[in-house]
Amino acid sequence: METLDQKTMRAIDIKETDHIVVRFSGDSGDGMQLTGMQFTDTAAFLGNDLSTFPDYPSEIRAPIGTVAGVSGFQVHFGSKEIFTPGDEYDVLVAMNAAALKVDLPRLKKGGIIVANTAGFDNKNLNLANYPAGVNPIEDNSLANYTVHKVDITRHTKDALSEMGLGTKEVERSKNMFVLGLLFWMFDKPVDYTIQFIEEKFGKKPEIKEANIRTLRAGWNFGETAEFFTTRYRVNSAHLPKGTYRNITGNHATAIGLLAAAEKAGLTLFLGSYPITPATDILHELSKYKGNGVKTFQAEDEIAGICSAIGASYAGNLAITTTSGPGMALKTEAMGLATMLEIPLVVVNVQRGGPSTGLPTKTEQADLLMAMHGRHGEAPVVIIAASSPSDCFDMAFEACRLAIKHMTPVIFLSDGYIANGSEPWRFPTADQLAEIPVHFLKEPNGPDGKLLPYKRDENFVRPWIIPGTKGLEHRIGGLEKQDQTGNVSYDPLNHELMIHNRAEKIKRVAFDIPDLKVDSGKETGKLVVLGWGSTYGAIKTAVREAIAAGHDVSHVHLKYLNPMPKNLEEVLRKFDKVLIPEMNSGQLLQLIRAKFLIPAVGYSKVQGLPFTTSALKDKIVETLNA
Amino acid sequence: METANQIPAEKLTPKDFSSGQDVKWCPGCGDYSILKQVQTIFPDLGVPKENLVFISGIGCSSRFTYYMDTYGMHSIHGRAAAISSGVKMANPNLDVWMVSGDGDALSIGGNHFIHFFRKNFNIKMLVFNNQIYSLTKGQYSPTSEKGKVTKTTPYGSLEEPFNPSELALGAKASFIARTLDRDPKHMQAILKRAHEHHGATFVEVYQNCPVFNDGAFFAYSEKETKKEQAIYLEHGKPLIFGNDNEKGILLDGWKPVVVNIKDGSHSVDQLWVHDEKDKIKATILTSFADHHDVEFPRPFGVLYLENRATYDDSLVEQLQLINAKSGRKSLDKILSGDKTWTIND
Repeated sequence: METLDQKTMRAIDIKETDHIVVRFSGDSGDGMQLTGMQFTDTAAFLGNDLSTFPDYPSEIRAPIGTVAGVSGFQVHFGSKEIFTPGDEYDVLVAMNAAALKVDLPRLKKGGIIVANTAGFDNKNLNLANYPAGVNPIEDNSLANYTVHKVDITRHTKDALSEMGLGTKEVERSKNMFVLGLLFWMFDKPVDYTIQFIEEKFGKKPEIKEANIRTLRAGWNFGETAEFFTTRYRVNSAHLPKGTYRNITGNHATAIGLLAAAEKAGLTLFLGSYPITPATDILHELSKYKGNGVKTFQAEDEIAGICSAIGASYAGNLAITTTSGPGMALKTEAMGLATMLEIPLVVVNVQRGGPSTGLPTKTEQADLLMAMHGRHGEAPVVIIAASSPSDCFDMAFEACRLAIKHMTPVIFLSDGYIANGSEPWRFPTADQLAEIPVHFLKEPNGPDGKLLPYKRDENFVRPWIIPGTKGLEHRIGGLEKQDQTGNVSYDPLNHELMIHNRAEKIKRVAFDIPDLKVDSGKETGKLVVLGWGSTYGAIKTAVREAIAAGHDVSHVHLKYLNPMPKNLEEVLRKFDKVLIPEMNSGQLLQLIRAKFLIPAVGYSKVQGLPFTTSALKDKIVETLNA
Repeated sequence: METANQIPAEKLTPKDFSSGQDVKWCPGCGDYSILKQVQTIFPDLGVPKENLVFISGIGCSSRFTYYMDTYGMHSIHGRAAAISSGVKMANPNLDVWMVSGDGDALSIGGNHFIHFFRKNFNIKMLVFNNQIYSLTKGQYSPTSEKGKVTKTTPYGSLEEPFNPSELALGAKASFIARTLDRDPKHMQAILKRAHEHHGATFVEVYQNCPVFNDGAFFAYSEKETKKEQAIYLEHGKPLIFGNDNEKGILLDGWKPVVVNIKDGSHSVDQLWVHDEKDKIKATILTSFADHHDVEFPRPFGVLYLENRATYDDSLVEQLQLINAKSGRKSLDKILSGDKTWTIND
């Protein structure tokens, strides 16, 4: 569609397309995360389905202009259903030479580059390690792309020239110019961001004014600069009707925990120690003091979980949040919680390991640790979220299972979905089920005797909190006598208690939903079995493969221990089982060991999520093998 | 504010605090005395039994929890401070006690120890210091004297011990006291003082391990040496000790000096008068255990006391303040957040 722009009397082509991927890339200090999130919010409000992927270095301010300091934010938005942030991008915003160097490889051939020329001066080229005399936006090396060279720094200065701001403030506003320009390019209004700026900088009128001016200047630049001849329009998606918000996985986890506490009528207690990429959950819950939420920044990871154990013992809904290194430190205390048989939710937002590993990158490599990472036989419930918004459901579910089954529950998320966002058709409070809580008030044994380890039909013991008159008793980490909970070294009693604790977890399988095929037929040549955050990529790849005529289905595990009781039955209806994981084959090992099914694995351990195209290739290869 | 201090309906006896479990410490262990003194004073605390909670870590001392008929958790090594603080935050009405030893509190639990005192939870911490690892059968501890010969140090340990009360003071403990197993009356008095204190208490109990470190504190407990080696502090009273109460301590500037008050050289009026709330004097008092050039007597009693806000009170106050100011956010508002959009078909 070609229209004559009313203001500029310039021919501008508006292309309609059903999905677009944009990558904002710049120095850590360039504000690319904020820019990406603002673009995302506007796309979401206008009804696009979307998925985002913030990708940033672990250093807060790595040396300016270097490859190490590049911070990216990728957003995939569409008028169709979107399940991943996209393998490759259509548009790359490169604020400096380092950003182009890092992110050019995944720009689609023929894609658009918006380059900030001020970021391609000799100093920046040198910092990005381009050979002397080479400037990629000036030589012919980008001939296969459309390159828009814009001196964003200068335009920002010009826009703010009358305001008398310092260089620093001007420098900080240039991301708004980019945002304005991109809004123009994708035919989106600046209104939502202006509203955001007004709220955020309401008390700093100068900064507010500077941001709004620059934002508008960016939009106007698109409108007037002659070399922009094309705009793109992505219509709103046909999402199920309802009210939506945009949400990241960590935010969804936080409010899932809040919702569970409310539905259980318990005070929420979070004992935690800051660690990337889990800290945002602690940040978020710390805002809810008005709701009585108790957040405790402990002196270390061990104190984080131990304070939560104390709080659970005293009757709060107790949570600890962490990532791999913290998980390792918490293992002894998790064993104690297993022995005490008290509710406890351990949130592990996985990141690249081992050791400090890749703190800001994603991985699914803590599954076997969750399964086996305690001394002795100490089974716990393990569940995993499959998308940012699913973190809400699974965090809520973790609390429900912990309370109902008096057990620690490990909730696995990872850096990819924790920081990524998507539109979420959120529930209303009354759509959420109540979580029944029963504190024992009277002795439960014969002759008025208290039996703290007497079990119900699910092998669950009662929750008995200090302050309850007449039920004073002692619990601890030493092996317990069945029923009484007194210390016991009796050999047969120990074996019985090992069995009881395992049986309790096994019976959780009757309290979780059966597994359903997510995409494709219920029987066929190949099933792709995933777990956790690979959901979107597998779903997209399987759907595309089906559309291309392949016989493949997708099933996805959210309950890792115990697994759904029909899992084996579901898998055996297929000739082959393919298990893609962002680890070296951990679920693969469990499935093979448990069911003796000759599943094949597909590993990616690069700190990055799967791409749809690679998964699709693997599906075809497995079918043909 | 403290409903824990409501008077219970029926008068309890020490026997009511015995759990009935067989006590399994070695014969002659100092822990028996501590258990007895705690059970003796508990009926007088005025706290309903169901509100009393004991949390312990690992070690001989930590078995204490099993012998008290209160609520209790025998947890994992070194972590009692972290667990008990969770209990107190979850329910500030509980009267929480913590039992630990020199290894549990000062070695594996060292990090929790310092932060526990800095944050000042209103929890009573008792550290049974026997200067040895007993449950693991005799290795040196962080309070063992340098050169200690044990199974892991057959040629003598190489390092200086902690001075526990000095460490507690450095960690901003708001109550620091020392007592010993062989002085039941003094221990009872100190336990009561600790309970009266609104804040984290560091009560160091010198406790004899008859099996692995027998007689470590006999200098302070046996009548042949006690009067020369120990000094009993009382608020507002001068520092006097010695077989005939002939010795006193005065401050020459910041320097403590032992003088004779009966040979005419010095008078009682010149002596240092104990002030529990004087932090500078507390710094000097806690350092007595470290002076190698002059033999100072070991101080017993309340070394330091400071009234400052507890973490648990501050938490409750902050929750109430924010709730009064901005109210409770409804779950629907939490779920929807600030920005939503609606899709109609």
